[in-house]
Amino acid sequence: MAFKTKLPLKILLAKVGFDGHDRGVKILTSILREHGHEVIYLGKYLMVPMVLEAAMQEDVDIVGLSFLGGSHLTYCEEIADGLRRRGLSQVGLMVGGVIPDKDIERLKNAGVHAVFTTNTDTRDILTFLDAFAASRVAPSTPADS
Amino acid sequence: MEPSGSSNVPALRDGVLAGDPAALAQAITLVENKLAGWQPLLSGIQDRVGRASVVGFTGPPGAGKSTLVNEFIKEQRRRKRTVGVIAVDPSSPKTGGAVLGDRVRMTDTALDGGVFIRSLASRGRLGGLSSAAPQIVDLMDASGRDVIVLETVGAGQSEVDIAGLADVTVVVCAPGLGDDIQAIKAGILEIADLLVVNKSDQPLAKEAVRQLKAMLMLRQGAGADVEVISTIATSGEGVRELADAVDRHPRARFSADERASRRLAQLRRLITEGALQIVRHRCEANDHAVTELGHAVLRAETDLESASYTLLKVILG
Repeated sequence: MAFKTKLPLKILLAKVGFDGHDRGVKILTSILREHGHEVIYLGKYLMVPMVLEAAMQEDVDIVGLSFLGGSHLTYCEEIADGLRRRGLSQVGLMVGGVIPDKDIERLKNAGVHAVFTTNTDTRDILTFLDAFAASRVAPSTPADS
Repeated sequence: MEPSGSSNVPALRDGVLAGDPAALAQAITLVENKLAGWQPLLSGIQDRVGRASVVGFTGPPGAGKSTLVNEFIKEQRRRKRTVGVIAVDPSSPKTGGAVLGDRVRMTDTALDGGVFIRSLASRGRLGGLSSAAPQIVDLMDASGRDVIVLETVGAGQSEVDIAGLADVTVVVCAPGLGDDIQAIKAGILEIADLLVVNKSDQPLAKEAVRQLKAMLMLRQGAGADVEVISTIATSGEGVRELADAVDRHPRARFSADERASRRLAQLRRLITEGALQIVRHRCEANDHAVTELGHAVLRAETDLESASYTLLKVILG
């Protein structure tokens, strides 16, 4: 097929901490690929600095974290803070999984761009990503086309 | 998506040459996506290229390449070398999307500043590599990485690109799959400087080694002396032997002259490929003309070959 002139989003998906429920994040990985994004799946049981280091080396557009173990507040704050401290504040942050409604406000205040709780329609995630991509500086046209 | 405009190029170049990983990461994005400033950036580092040794890993899917690379990286670190890794996974030809899943097996060195890993999608490039891979090797080289490891899409028979880019090409296979051996017979076996039978704790491993050695014995001249190394990537067994074999391989010790001629060969290929890419882009941009020519062939007003020549005239005229 003709290659898109629009660049795909480069997305890092990961799970941090002692939470091995990775079915959801793996399904999301496939869905995002089907939608034309480039997805790095980093795995589970990770430490915060591992996610930050990978986000830096891969120069991703957005980091997505999945939590089903209740530790989303601490880790999200650490990661949002870590991204800022490393000069990666342009990197987006989205979070999904088992997240109580009452925590959403606090997550957003910490710098999370989007929160997707259980029963989220995956199309909402795709819509968010499209809007996220559009909100960024328009990519330069590839110089060789 | 990329904030770096051309005005940042000198700073980016300085960062790359100073070995700053964040600058290297941004430089790779610039070059991979051919964003404004990518050419001055690349020409600005050329005088610092050619120092690193480049080791390629390829082989069929599931042979354990990423796990082996993870161990190989650790062994290079024990040898006090800094490492850059380029891990290529396939892009979907339908959607352009990709799952880059090599890095998940390379987490042992995730917090080691001496290791820089970058995942690339092949983005429609056949041959196992992304078209930006050669330039990304240059960037890592210029940033002072001692060893650059290239891991390619494990599709089977077409990953011959890697041999043109790597000093030493390691072909990894696993026992127990008859078609594994079949797959490497004709295609990638020929580009192997070293052959690895991974998962060699499995019962059929000895048989796989025997088959490969028998196959090598049938080869004439160059390539007949390819070493076959047994590894168990999950435990690290055999990885030291593999690193030794890479180090003592004649291709790992190219002279300056040999490097220069290899680089010329590489550039020749890139120029040809670049020209083909321009033609492809322009064909796509002239979709209307292609459709018209298609109808003309359907109506038997012209033949396929003449239609192709006509299209060339249209796009280059």
